[in-house]
Amino acid sequence: MSGADLITLSLLIPVLGAVGIAAASKFGPNVRESATMITAGLLAWTVWSLVPEVMQGGRPSLMVSQIAPGIEIAFKVEPLGMLFAALASSLWIVNSIYSIGYMRGNNEKHQTRFYIFFAVSLAAAIGIAFADNLFTLFLFYEILTLSTYPLVSHKGDEKTIRSARVYLGILLTTSIGLLLPAIIWVHVTAGTGTFAPGGILEGKISGPAVGLLLGLFVFGVGKAAVMPVHRWLPAAMVAPTPVSALLHAVAVVKAGVFTVTKVIIYIFGIEFLFAEPSSSWLVFAAAFTIITASVVALRQQNLKRLLAYSTVAQLSYVVMATAILKPLSEIGAAVHIVAHAFGKITLFFAAGAIYTAAKKTELHQLKGIARRMPWTMAAFTVGALSMIGVPPTAGFVSKWYILAGAFQADNYVAIAAIIASTALNAAYFLPIVYMAWFLKEDTPPAKEHGEAPFAAVLALTITAFLTLAFFFFNGPVLKLEGQLVQGLS
Amino acid sequence: MTYLSHHLPALQVIVPMLTAPLVLLLKPDGLARLATTAASALAFAIAIAMTMGVLDGHTYTYRMGGWPAPYGIELAVDQFSALLLLVVTGASTFALLAGQRSVDADIDSSRQPLFYAAWLLALAGLSGIPISADAFNIFVFMEISSLASYVIIAGGPDRRALPAVFKYLIMGTVGATFYLIGIGLIYLMTGTLNMADMELRIHEVGDQKPILVAAGFITVGLALKAAVFPLHVWLPNAYTYAPNTVTVFLAACSTKVSLYLLMRFDFFVFQGNLAGHDMQFAAFLMPLAVLAILVGSAVALFEKNIKRLLAYSSIAQIGYIVLGVSFVTIAGLTASAVHIFNHALAKGALFLTVCCFATQCTGLRLTDLGGIARRMPWTAGALVVSGFSLLGIPGTAGFISKWYLIVAAFEQGPLGMALIAVIVVSSLMAVVYIWRIVEAIYFGESTIDLSAVREAPAAMLIVTWIAALANIYFGVVPEIPVSLSISAADTLLEHLP
Amino acid sequence: MNILGLFYYWVFAIVLMIGFYAVIAKSNYVKKLIGLSIFQAAVFLLYITMGKIDNGTAPIFQDAATVYSNPLPQVLILTAIVVGISTTALGLGIVVRIREEYGSIEESDIQERDRQ
Repeated sequence: MSGADLITLSLLIPVLGAVGIAAASKFGPNVRESATMITAGLLAWTVWSLVPEVMQGGRPSLMVSQIAPGIEIAFKVEPLGMLFAALASSLWIVNSIYSIGYMRGNNEKHQTRFYIFFAVSLAAAIGIAFADNLFTLFLFYEILTLSTYPLVSHKGDEKTIRSARVYLGILLTTSIGLLLPAIIWVHVTAGTGTFAPGGILEGKISGPAVGLLLGLFVFGVGKAAVMPVHRWLPAAMVAPTPVSALLHAVAVVKAGVFTVTKVIIYIFGIEFLFAEPSSSWLVFAAAFTIITASVVALRQQNLKRLLAYSTVAQLSYVVMATAILKPLSEIGAAVHIVAHAFGKITLFFAAGAIYTAAKKTELHQLKGIARRMPWTMAAFTVGALSMIGVPPTAGFVSKWYILAGAFQADNYVAIAAIIASTALNAAYFLPIVYMAWFLKEDTPPAKEHGEAPFAAVLALTITAFLTLAFFFFNGPVLKLEGQLVQGLS
Repeated sequence: MTYLSHHLPALQVIVPMLTAPLVLLLKPDGLARLATTAASALAFAIAIAMTMGVLDGHTYTYRMGGWPAPYGIELAVDQFSALLLLVVTGASTFALLAGQRSVDADIDSSRQPLFYAAWLLALAGLSGIPISADAFNIFVFMEISSLASYVIIAGGPDRRALPAVFKYLIMGTVGATFYLIGIGLIYLMTGTLNMADMELRIHEVGDQKPILVAAGFITVGLALKAAVFPLHVWLPNAYTYAPNTVTVFLAACSTKVSLYLLMRFDFFVFQGNLAGHDMQFAAFLMPLAVLAILVGSAVALFEKNIKRLLAYSSIAQIGYIVLGVSFVTIAGLTASAVHIFNHALAKGALFLTVCCFATQCTGLRLTDLGGIARRMPWTAGALVVSGFSLLGIPGTAGFISKWYLIVAAFEQGPLGMALIAVIVVSSLMAVVYIWRIVEAIYFGESTIDLSAVREAPAAMLIVTWIAALANIYFGVVPEIPVSLSISAADTLLEHLP
Repeated sequence: MNILGLFYYWVFAIVLMIGFYAVIAKSNYVKKLIGLSIFQAAVFLLYITMGKIDNGTAPIFQDAATVYSNPLPQVLILTAIVVGISTTALGLGIVVRIREEYGSIEESDIQERDRQ
């Protein structure tokens, strides 16, 4: 099959899957969940089939339609998008296994709707990953925002609706208010919005305007959650945990930092931006977000909210790494997208498993819980270590590259931020680990419980394993992303 | 060119106009409706045929009674008029196809033939304006359409429609009379009523005061008819209390025809001949457009009745169209022309869903519709899709016009930045008011008992969904409206010095 | 001299404004319609005035006459008069219906009743 066919398939499979899930729901939940699993499996297979070609430097592309002169729906697979698509589609399989355990274990309503919109969200994420120009990217970005709204507002009660309103409000406000003007600005000045290695803006725009345009992009992509547009992420935690796990630790938020990274590499161009002093604010903004979000996380009592703020901080790692504008740090940004995904999805799976089995959501309730749920808490510990960046976990690899890039650029702000946040991460994750393993339960639970349903435990074990394995087997990812910075010093 | 296609411009008006008296003779057995729908569909087909023609680069001219212009009345169809004809006849046809149940509910069956006859006259008048090249003839068509619109708006059971229509009648007549004064003054100075001829002859007297006064009268008169802020006060009540089918039809096209005429008159006749006439746009229409956009959206934020909410949104959207025109550039005019088409699609589809709700549910306040999506999921889905188009979500028709409008604003330099801010703010307000509807129908609790509510009839749903999907189709494949609009903008600007 | 020469146009403007004033200022619907009719009548006057040429006769071909008045504005205004009559008739019809429904034709009364 040619690359173009594979791109078409990987966009169509989740959409057809959504239709299939709707049709299959008539035959009971087992058939419906099989439809989800088959869709996820097929999607991952299709996306992975693209990998060999991209590894060898190929760039499969697909032109769908021209909407107006200069505005096209077109796709092209490059290393960064390949990585993001492979990551999202693979973790969808694991997440689907987990969803079955979680959704049934908690007797959630409207499960069909849940699985349908999940599949649509995945299609949107793949669209973002493979987009060849700003318009296509924006199109799928908005589809992702809208298709996750029913997932966030899943519960449908007053509080959920209010949080969902914040979610949608911030994401749509930033995208319509800042991102769209930024995209049109690029179109008007450069005459095109197509991503090109080395950027398309060099010589077309200069001075403070560059910093301003960069700001429109960074804050317009609300999904990247750079402060002060991060509020939607804690708000999104009202969603069922599988949504938080795959979408708000991987697909949606990574779509945000992916967009920022892609814009910096393929629209501005690393070297052009490095030579332009008005763009240097971004490192400060990201560093500020890392530190502030970590401090806020320190003060959280609710486990999912803590994880949300931790995500805000970790996303800014990627933004900051990109903003250092050195080859090693760009690789670090790409690797961190993967490393953080493995770690954070594990943590969310664990949080959801605790909720399913014990109905516990607050930190102080977790004392001694590891004795009842050893697998879950072991996975949680692995995830937490990866967040801090302790070897042998995935988090160490990316932090290494980001630091190396920061030293290459003599960027002491970035170095200081990384060191400080490592300490802060340890300060809010280690007490939880300590409580869970070494303290005794205050009061016995109202109902005896052990581990969460098998499907959930299986999923979180897989992702914890991936977190560890990535420390040892990260060669292919580094090789793939090395193509991003070929020819740069 | 075949014999028939030569007569298409005349048939465009004659078909609905001659069917109107015929409909009166048909006893109510649904025959009247059938004949009306058939005539409207035929008119739509004629409009499509002419659109195909103009897309091939052909323009239609037709001399009524064989008299040559400028002595006789001339009909002319170019790309811009074809765009309008599509909107007018399309809106009428969709509203009629979907509206059977709604009309039955609103209008006593014995009076339906009268209602449909008036509908056809409104259709004839509205489609007459874009094809006529004679200024006085346009006035006659304008009044035919207005008088017929007053009748169909007042035809419903809601008594509040009556004062609303009275206000519309007063303001509409004042607007039309202003227009009449304007062309009277031009005739006084040039001795012609043919617009092409006017353009040539006005040149010699362009510096005379009566011409300037005429420009003022015509602009204000048409702005009244087009509900340009602050001359919009007739619109919200008229749309809200009209029968739902009528709202679908008129909200999609009636003000746009007047805007079309405003653009045509100002660019063809005045712009090239009156020194500094473009200032009229920049200094006078642009601020009004900005106010319309902001005030219309802001009022819509707080409206409780879904029809009123959408009516105020229309005022803001008219502001977008006027804003595009006020740039006096290719990009701006393209944005306006394409928005005439796209807004008709979005607003027409939205009012169609309202029509569906109204057949099943007694109230149309947001509190009445609370949670109705659980009972009418398909209608609610169509509302969400067309709502996206109104917001300008990429992939929908509304995005195309927003894109062109922002590009046009970018070309304006620093002033453009401020205007982009206005567009952005009002888009965000649109997000809020559309989302108020969405939250209400999906998550709200109704104040009235909805347990007996069922999904709307299949025929209505199909038409509504075709309209909703058209929003997506023209968002992804917008070639037809965009190329018509670009040619329209070219033609309008060609007449500048 | 010039002012007197434009005498008919002055009448047009004054009648127009009288009618317009009534439309805006009166709250009684029938009075509004009367104002609207006066307003339109002023425009008829404008058209007829512009068609008249000094010493011109009716546009019938005859040997003695050399100067004809322009007949076209009169034709136009015949149409406009028909439109005006239809508008007034429809307006009065609506006023009758309003009276049936609300029992009043005063704008303030009707707004009062709608608010309830």
